[in-house]
Amino acid sequence: MLKYVLKRILMIIPVVIAVSLIVFFIMDFVPTDAAVTALGDGASDEQLEEYREAHGLNDPLLVRYVRYMAGVLRRDLGTSYANNMPVWDLFFKKFPTTLMLAASSVLVTVILSLPLGIIAAVKENTLVDTAASTLSFVGLAMPNFWLGLLLIILFSVKLGWLPSTGAASWKSFILPAFTCGTGNMAALTRTTRSAMLDVLKQDYLRTARSKGVSERRIIMKHALKNAQIPIVTMIGIQVSTLIGGAVLTERVFALPGVGSFLVDSILKSDFEVVTGFIIMLAIFVSVVLLIVDIVYAFLDPRIKAQYSKS
Amino acid sequence: MSIFKKLTRGNSEESLEKKRQKMDAAVEVENLVVQYVTSSETVEAVNGISFSLAKKHTLGLVGETGAGKTTAMLALMNMVPDPPGVVKSGTVKVNGLDMRQLTPAELQNVRGSEIAMIFQDPMTSLNPVMSVGEQIAESIILHRHLSEKEALEEAKKMLAMVGIDPNRVGEYPHQFSGGMRQRVGIAIALACNPTVLIADEPTSALDVTIQAQILRMMKDLKEKNDTSLIMITHDLGVVAELCDEVAVMYAGRIVEYGTLEEVFNQTKHPYTEGLFNSLPNINSRQQKLQPIPGLMPDPANLPKGCAFADRCAYATDACRSGDVHIQHFSDTHYAACSAYLDPAFHIQRGY
Amino acid sequence: MAKKQSSAAAASVKQNRALEVWKQFRRNKGAMVGLVILILLILIAIFADVIWDYEQDIIATNSKARLISPCAEHPFGTDNFGRDMLARIGYGTRYSLIIGFSSVVIGLLVGVPVGAASGYIGGKFDTILMRFVDTFTIIPSLLMTIILVSIMGTSMINLIIALSISAIPVFTRITRASVMVTRNNDYIESARAIGAPTTTILLKHVLPNCFSPILVQATLRVGTAIISAAGLSYIGLGVPLPTPEWGALLSASKSFLTRAQHMCLFPGLAIMITVMVINLVGDGLRDALDPKLKR
Repeated sequence: MLKYVLKRILMIIPVVIAVSLIVFFIMDFVPTDAAVTALGDGASDEQLEEYREAHGLNDPLLVRYVRYMAGVLRRDLGTSYANNMPVWDLFFKKFPTTLMLAASSVLVTVILSLPLGIIAAVKENTLVDTAASTLSFVGLAMPNFWLGLLLIILFSVKLGWLPSTGAASWKSFILPAFTCGTGNMAALTRTTRSAMLDVLKQDYLRTARSKGVSERRIIMKHALKNAQIPIVTMIGIQVSTLIGGAVLTERVFALPGVGSFLVDSILKSDFEVVTGFIIMLAIFVSVVLLIVDIVYAFLDPRIKAQYSKS
Repeated sequence: MSIFKKLTRGNSEESLEKKRQKMDAAVEVENLVVQYVTSSETVEAVNGISFSLAKKHTLGLVGETGAGKTTAMLALMNMVPDPPGVVKSGTVKVNGLDMRQLTPAELQNVRGSEIAMIFQDPMTSLNPVMSVGEQIAESIILHRHLSEKEALEEAKKMLAMVGIDPNRVGEYPHQFSGGMRQRVGIAIALACNPTVLIADEPTSALDVTIQAQILRMMKDLKEKNDTSLIMITHDLGVVAELCDEVAVMYAGRIVEYGTLEEVFNQTKHPYTEGLFNSLPNINSRQQKLQPIPGLMPDPANLPKGCAFADRCAYATDACRSGDVHIQHFSDTHYAACSAYLDPAFHIQRGY
Repeated sequence: MAKKQSSAAAASVKQNRALEVWKQFRRNKGAMVGLVILILLILIAIFADVIWDYEQDIIATNSKARLISPCAEHPFGTDNFGRDMLARIGYGTRYSLIIGFSSVVIGLLVGVPVGAASGYIGGKFDTILMRFVDTFTIIPSLLMTIILVSIMGTSMINLIIALSISAIPVFTRITRASVMVTRNNDYIESARAIGAPTTTILLKHVLPNCFSPILVQATLRVGTAIISAAGLSYIGLGVPLPTPEWGALLSASKSFLTRAQHMCLFPGLAIMITVMVINLVGDGLRDALDPKLKR
């Protein structure tokens, strides 16, 4: 098992290389010239050429990529020209806020969607089920940033209960967590419901019933334990959409996170920041997917057995 | 929480004893009717069956797929899936308990401890994410009130009893072969030494060589534990080997009932005759098999009168209308066949 | 002659199938409601120029009529420049639908052939391509769209291209999956046995059988694209103001949350309802095309 975990951790390296290469390649198409950005419009052609030569901007893409990634290993992602700060430091200054937003959003999603999905499946075709389906249908069609604005109107403007901007205390994360999680909540409720419906039809629940196991235990232990694989898969997939959603959410609530700063940097053409941030976010998503993969192995003895053999 | 749980369980055990009536037989079923009702149709799965099973006896429940055998047995444990299943009428008594009058908590107390079931398909009837030990121990914890550790020890003993290495107690169903899994299924059912055991075609999903082993084992365990057994099967060989009494089911009804000897040697119902005729005969291999012509009628659309009439060589117009006549041949032997209204009627088998 | 007849027969079989699907679809009340509203929205989008005059109704400001709450004259109120919100939202239908549908169509045009080739050819080609697609999906799609737009510059065309690029992996995956299922069918084997060229097999035998899941996924992706487009416009990377794109309208409403909530409410409702009806049609299509998939 340990061997599998190690192997899986090693497998993340090619993924990170591939992702960063793609980002690096795309960012190479940026129309702005780093030399012009650095020296200003007044610089002469020779000065620009000198700058390019000195900073290796004329080297082939792959050479520049290898140099960049070597820098990443030394915690160097270049410098933001707009802030005149190392991109690495900027990222880790902003990242805790985003991580907090993502974590609280996952928490809210799981706390609300799991029970709702389970109840909807157990009480299939009843009022509760219809309500859950309708709710997730609406949730899937709702732009999350719009929900954020509506929540601000209700809880900040009308009721005055919660702050609408900033990251001053845990209270500031309540509305963003819901905003960021809308689509995910809807999707997870659907997944939980259909996974549970699948499991509830299985013969082994009849066996459990014939042993005298209570309905409650049948659902919470026998059924849920079998339904958790698709549910965990869904949660893993959602982390990726969550990061995208966080960009918008941070904008709506003026949260000083990675996403918000990324958009600012794009608008300021600060592409050193954009490249660095996106590579770091992609690494973050790969790490989360890795964790999900390892969690699987612990959840399902069939997968576990498969890996302990190899 | 756990104290509370124990209390409620204790209460339901007490109330169970209050509800228990004196009864000689292990199982008594009277006029049981079960239907599956959906918005588009009503499937008449069990249509008024009655029988009783004496203590320590084995009843063979024989019939084609779809005859209502499994549904009847699920009704015995009050476990017909609802919706869409509805027990329309009838009484089901197990060890003097009227199963239809019990509360959910009382039912949970009875299931697994007094009446247990072995299911048909060992590949799907075990929970894939629980170890076999956990699955056996669960029943022991519930009914014998042992700690988890003690229960696992008991589970090991059960595994040894069904011929599986007790050291495999922590392994999962997918690590076992089909026959082994069925042994686990048997261990689960027998874990609390139930007085009534239902076996739903326990060997039909297994290889022929394994079938014999499992059957022998069930027979031994049943004798050792004084269990009453209901054996659902469509294999007449299995019936001959294990059963004291036989009930032949067709389209949700018992069409012939009697001791093993009576049903096998003094067959009375044309359908039972058809079952025997469709068996290969080792003594005259030249003889062609005689399958029963036609198919069982759709249980969502049963004909009037005798449901077998359309496939029956002896059927008359009388068979296709009105209630089916029940003809008694002895205290233990009867057939549901209107043809016996004519005193001269007899079927070919045995003549 | 014989060939003509058989192709005519095939055409009538196809027609029957379409009719069958339509019959199934019509029975689904939600899907029919969705379809009717969607057609209505498409009509509004097509005739927006007839209904409203762009210069006068959509762009022209009127300082006397600023931030009027919904009333008889302005059912959706007016914005901070005194422009009628109903007219602006109605005209905006055009942008959202064009962006949503065209980005999906472009995504299909690239994703389906690539996915089909990958699934049909298999082997190393497939492995490498799929690894590439997988890597792409690790980058959150909204983030991908954002970087693409930031490179190409903000305009509606670039937004469409960026959205379609992020949709390509989805279509590649789903096409590949269904091609892999169908290509092992016996009738494909027999087509290969009589020496039909690969492209013929792919176009005539394999792809038509993968039609349902692709169509359903494509429909549902239109909704996603509309939401993403609005999101990008909201953060200023999509269609710029004063164009009445719904996300841009929401972006403008942000400064008036305390005073003019109708500016925020109605554009959002427009997005939500549009996506909802598209999803209704998509769900209906899925149920009609493949009853097995019905939830």
